[in-house]
Amino acid sequence: MGTTPRLDPALATSPDEDASRQVLGPAERRGDQVFRAVSRGAAQLILLLLAAIALFLVWRAFPAFQANTASFLTTTAWFPDQDPPVFGIAALAFGTVLTAAVAMVLAVPVGYGIALFTVFYADRRVGAAAGFITDLLAAVPSIVFGLWGLAVLQPHLGGLGQWLNTYLGAIPLFRNDSGLYTKSILVAGIVLAIMVLPTVSALSREVFVRVPATHVEAALALGATRWEMVRASVLPFARPGMVSAAMLGLGRALGETIAVALVLSAAFDVSWQLSEPGGNTFAANIALKWNEAGPIGLSALIASGLVLFALTLAVNVTARAILARRARFSGGAA
Amino acid sequence: MTTAPVQAAPATVARTARTADRQPGARLVTRDLSACYGGFVAVRDVNLVIEPRAVTALIGPSGCGKSTVLRTLNRMHEVAPGAGVSGSVHLNGQDLYAPEVDPVNVRRTVGMVFQRPNPFPTMSVYENVVAGLRLGGTRRRRREHDDVVEEALRGAHLWHEVKDRLRRPGASLSGGQQQRLCIARAIAVRPAVLLMDEPCSALDPISTLAIEQLLASLRTDYTIVIVTHNMQQAARVSDTTAFFNVTEPGGPGRLVETGPTARMFTAPADPATADYLGGRFG
Repeated sequence: MGTTPRLDPALATSPDEDASRQVLGPAERRGDQVFRAVSRGAAQLILLLLAAIALFLVWRAFPAFQANTASFLTTTAWFPDQDPPVFGIAALAFGTVLTAAVAMVLAVPVGYGIALFTVFYADRRVGAAAGFITDLLAAVPSIVFGLWGLAVLQPHLGGLGQWLNTYLGAIPLFRNDSGLYTKSILVAGIVLAIMVLPTVSALSREVFVRVPATHVEAALALGATRWEMVRASVLPFARPGMVSAAMLGLGRALGETIAVALVLSAAFDVSWQLSEPGGNTFAANIALKWNEAGPIGLSALIASGLVLFALTLAVNVTARAILARRARFSGGAA
Repeated sequence: MTTAPVQAAPATVARTARTADRQPGARLVTRDLSACYGGFVAVRDVNLVIEPRAVTALIGPSGCGKSTVLRTLNRMHEVAPGAGVSGSVHLNGQDLYAPEVDPVNVRRTVGMVFQRPNPFPTMSVYENVVAGLRLGGTRRRRREHDDVVEEALRGAHLWHEVKDRLRRPGASLSGGQQQRLCIARAIAVRPAVLLMDEPCSALDPISTLAIEQLLASLRTDYTIVIVTHNMQQAARVSDTTAFFNVTEPGGPGRLVETGPTARMFTAPADPATADYLGGRFG
């Protein structure tokens, strides 16, 4: 009972082993072997690429670390080609995280809302159309978003900045002491939010449509309203996917280059005042400085890229860790 | 065929179902009830009276529309895309499909148990039972909830098996226990009617027996409508049997005959009923 022919000692020692092999075939089919080799190779290639990128960044960043006369992590200035070189990533890290944070605060709730609407609230045809249009948003090149932010959004956001300063100025984030409201982290954050929106909404929509109908019916049959059904059946099931959607959005916001480079004024300062001009990000700084940089300058930019690489890696690892902790009680896939 | 409104205005099917002074059971009467999915009419012109404090079994071959009829009784049919209903269903004289009736309130009055056990996977046993009570924004004291949970789980013949693991996930129970948990969840809100859509078809014989015994004890308090593929089950648990059939190929299902279960199984009026119950088709 329960032994496979392959393990059966009688069969293994049997004189007509070859004959039985012909009937039973080899333990693993050729197709399985090939498929396994290909998929394992692909998985290993990813790890190899990741390691190669990290190695390249460290290797090319090394001269800058050696030449730098200031603290790399806490300095806000960026003069790597000066003698002596003085540069640090404090302003870049601050601006990158702050613009991404503004983008996430604006885009994530709206993205989830769009996805919930298209799947559970809208008429089927309206929902499909709305989903299609948000997906289209993801296909718009980022340079277009940047130009649009610069030419259209920015002139109209001065009023928003003033309003925030007038009524919420007590909060440092919304205060504006400069009287200038352009080229701000707020504008960059809003442009990023619109770019991140389709990522968040499309991915969470994919999760929402996979919520088993039995869970949805369980809630509705108990007399749940739509929103109660969403809370009882949809959100617990979809939570891991929703976190992943937000994290992928955050990855895009952290790494977005050209739209931010167009909108921001590329100042190396650390200011919490969102609506004032200033701020800079890793990616935008690399794009803006690359062509004019000297040997140490290039190396310093690569060093900042290394930090961005580590930052996005850390974001993803954290997200995975949160999901793993949550998965214990969710029985998600059931 | 008119399409039922998905969202309707203020409640008239009262929320009194959840308070203690509800009447046990309620009479359901369907009049010329038809239901469709998109252009396909699943069942046509059903006139059926479902008596309170009794078990009514809906039987018939696959595709005869018995499950569809069941789902029209608590307005779950219209949840499916493109679904529509015409005719009427009266619960104690009140039309469930009247324009001012909110389907949400209908479903709080008419509970449902599904074919596959579907406890909320992220909730504990305890939370599953009180899930219906927490809807509608009503806040209650912990003690009240504790009492309801014990009463509902006892009512579902599950209390002794789970009383020491109320905080464990509902999904950790066995299939039969999960189905009884779903019954506990449904009766915790004290509905007037309990609908069961083939509640035992995914269960083993022991769990099926447990559910059938449970039905016998629930019938003193509830109006129960059960859809079943199992004719022996219908014979064992029901007081009234309604036989549905498809009369022309590809056509809608129709209610062929209804009557006391004993008579239906011994002296059916319609030859098709006799053929089906005699195992000659279906």
